[in-house]
Amino acid sequence: MAKKPKNKRRDFLQLSTVTLGAVGTAAFIWPFLKSMSPAEDTLAAGSTEVDISAIEEGQSITIKWRGKPVFIKKRTKDEIDAAKMVQASDLRDPQDDADRVQKEEWLVLVGVCTHLGCVPLGQKVSDMKGEYDGWYCPCHGSHYDTSGRIRKGPAPKNLDVPPYTFLNDNTIKIG
Amino acid sequence: MDKNRKIHQFKNPVLNWIEFRLPIISYFKKEYGDYPMPKNCNYFWSFGALATITLVTMIVSGIFLAMNYTPHTDMAFDSVERIMRDVNYGWLMRYIHSNGAAFFFIIVYIHIVRAMYFGSYKYPRELNWILGVFIFLLMMATSFLGYTLPWGQMSYWGATVITNLFSAIPFIGEGLKTWLLGDYNVGNATLNRFFALHYVLPFVIFGVVGLHVAAVHVHGSNNPDGIDIKTKNDSVNFFPYMLIKDTVAMCAFGVAISAVIFFGPNLMAEVDNYIPADPLVTPAHIVPNWYLAPFYAILRAVPDKLGGVLLMFGAIVILFVLPWLDRSKVRSCNYRPIYKWFMMGFFVNFFALGYVGMLPAEGLYLLIARVGLLYYFGFFFIITPFVGWIEKPSKLPLSISDVYAKNIAPNIGGGEKGIPSPAMQKDTNL
Repeated sequence: MAKKPKNKRRDFLQLSTVTLGAVGTAAFIWPFLKSMSPAEDTLAAGSTEVDISAIEEGQSITIKWRGKPVFIKKRTKDEIDAAKMVQASDLRDPQDDADRVQKEEWLVLVGVCTHLGCVPLGQKVSDMKGEYDGWYCPCHGSHYDTSGRIRKGPAPKNLDVPPYTFLNDNTIKIG
Repeated sequence: MDKNRKIHQFKNPVLNWIEFRLPIISYFKKEYGDYPMPKNCNYFWSFGALATITLVTMIVSGIFLAMNYTPHTDMAFDSVERIMRDVNYGWLMRYIHSNGAAFFFIIVYIHIVRAMYFGSYKYPRELNWILGVFIFLLMMATSFLGYTLPWGQMSYWGATVITNLFSAIPFIGEGLKTWLLGDYNVGNATLNRFFALHYVLPFVIFGVVGLHVAAVHVHGSNNPDGIDIKTKNDSVNFFPYMLIKDTVAMCAFGVAISAVIFFGPNLMAEVDNYIPADPLVTPAHIVPNWYLAPFYAILRAVPDKLGGVLLMFGAIVILFVLPWLDRSKVRSCNYRPIYKWFMMGFFVNFFALGYVGMLPAEGLYLLIARVGLLYYFGFFFIITPFVGWIEKPSKLPLSISDVYAKNIAPNIGGGEKGIPSPAMQKDTNL
C-alpha cells in the first residue's frame, strides 16, 4: 500500500479539497435548516395577565397563551383533598400535588394532552371529566386527575404547568 | 461520444434531424411503442397508467387552486370558501382535487394489491418495488400536508396529532417537532411551510414515478401467471394494444370519479373540516382520511406512545423488505395454494384495520385493531418466510402463450408454436 513519495502531495491536495468541499456544503445547508426553527418574533411571544377575581370555586376558565390553551381552575375542597390523597409513587409520572400548585386552590395547566396534543375535555360543567374527575382527552382516551396528572390512557406525562406568578390576589401573570 | 452509435432512420427528415441530436424519438418508440407487454395481462395492469393520469390531474388542479389560495391562518379558510363560491369553476377544481386525492389512493392501493398478489416485487423487480413504496410514502406525506391547507378543524387537529408523533422520539423529539412546526404549536409558520412543501412534493413524486416506470421497462411487466416472456408470441406491443386497453380503463375510471365529483363530492369529506380551525377546541373525534386509517388504527392499538408511533411507521417500512422476506421463487399467488389465502387474508385485514381506524379506539374496535395489528406484522415476519419454505407450488405453465391457448382463448389457437392472430403481431411504425 505504500505510495511513492511523489504521490503524497497529490493525495493531500485531493483529500483537503474534498474535506473543504464537504465542510463548505454543510455550512451552506445550516442556515436553511435553522430558518425552519421558530423565528425571533415567535420566541418573543410574551406573557399574559389574567384577572381571576370572577372565577367561582369549582369553576375553570380557558385562556390563550402562546397559541396554546391554558386552564385556570379554582379547585373545591374535595378536589384538593382527592389530589393530595394520591401517593406520588403510584403514578406514571410521579409528582405531588404540592409541586404542581403555588396556592392550593388555584391549578394552572397547559391544556394540551401530552399524548398527541389534543385539548382535553373537563372545562365545562357538561364535559366528560374522565374516571378521576379531572380532564378527559377525547382523542385517544387519556384520563387526568384533579391535579392534571395522567392516571389512565396512552399519555406519558402529566399536563404541563406553565411558568406563572401571582401579581396580587386577583391577577395571574402567565409566562 | 460513441461514434459507432446506430442512428434510427425515419422517413420524416425533421424527425431525423432531431433524432441525430437527441435520440428521444427512438426512445419513445422503444419504451411506449414497441415495448412488449405480456399478452395475458388483465385490467389490474391498467392501474399504473391510471395512477399516472391521476397524478397529472392532481398537479394541474392543484396549480389552479394555488392561484386563489392564501396560506395564512387568518385567510386560508375564507380563501377556500371563496374558491368554492366565487371563483369561476373553483368548486370543480376543489372537488376534483379533494376527491382526486382519495381516488389516487384507491388506485395506488389496487396497484399495490396487484403487485403483492402476483409477486411483481420479486426478482428482478425489487428496486422497482422499493421505488413504489417510496412513492407511496411521498403520497401519504403530500396528502397529509394538503389536508392541513383548508384550515378547518380537522386540518388543524390532524396536523397537531401527526406532528406530535415526532415528539415521541426520545431526547430530540420535542425539539424536532418545534423545528418542523416553526413554532411551539401548529400556527402560521406551519401553514406556510406546509403549503410550500405540498406544492413541491408532487413534482418529486413525478420524478420518482419516472424512475419507477424506467425500472419496470428494464425487465418488462410482470403478468398474472408470473412467468417471463420467452418468445415474441408471448407479448403484444404497448402501442396500440395496451394503450387502447388502458384507455378503456381510463374511461371507466372517469365515469366513477365523475359520479363522485358531481353527485357526492363530500362523501369522503369530514363535516368538521367546514368549521374554521380553533386551537382551543378539539373535535370529539379526530378522524384521519380513510386512506390513512389502517395506519392510524395501528397507532392507536398500542397503549404506549413511542411504541404506537414506531409500529405505525414500521408498518410502512416493512414493505421495503418484502422482496427478501418472501423466499418463494414462484411469483403469482395463482400458483401458490397456501400463501394465496394468507395474502387474501392480508387484504381483508388491512381493510378491517382501516374500518376500525375511523371509529373510536375502545371496546370491540380496539380488540379488532389489536388482532389486525398482530396479523399485519405476523404476515410479514412469520407467514411470508415460513409459507415460502413449506409450500409446494402448483406446476407453472410452460409459457404465456400456453396459458393463453388453454385458458383465455382456446378457440383462437395459439400455444407454443401458434400465433393468436396475424394482426396481433404486426409491427407498428411511427
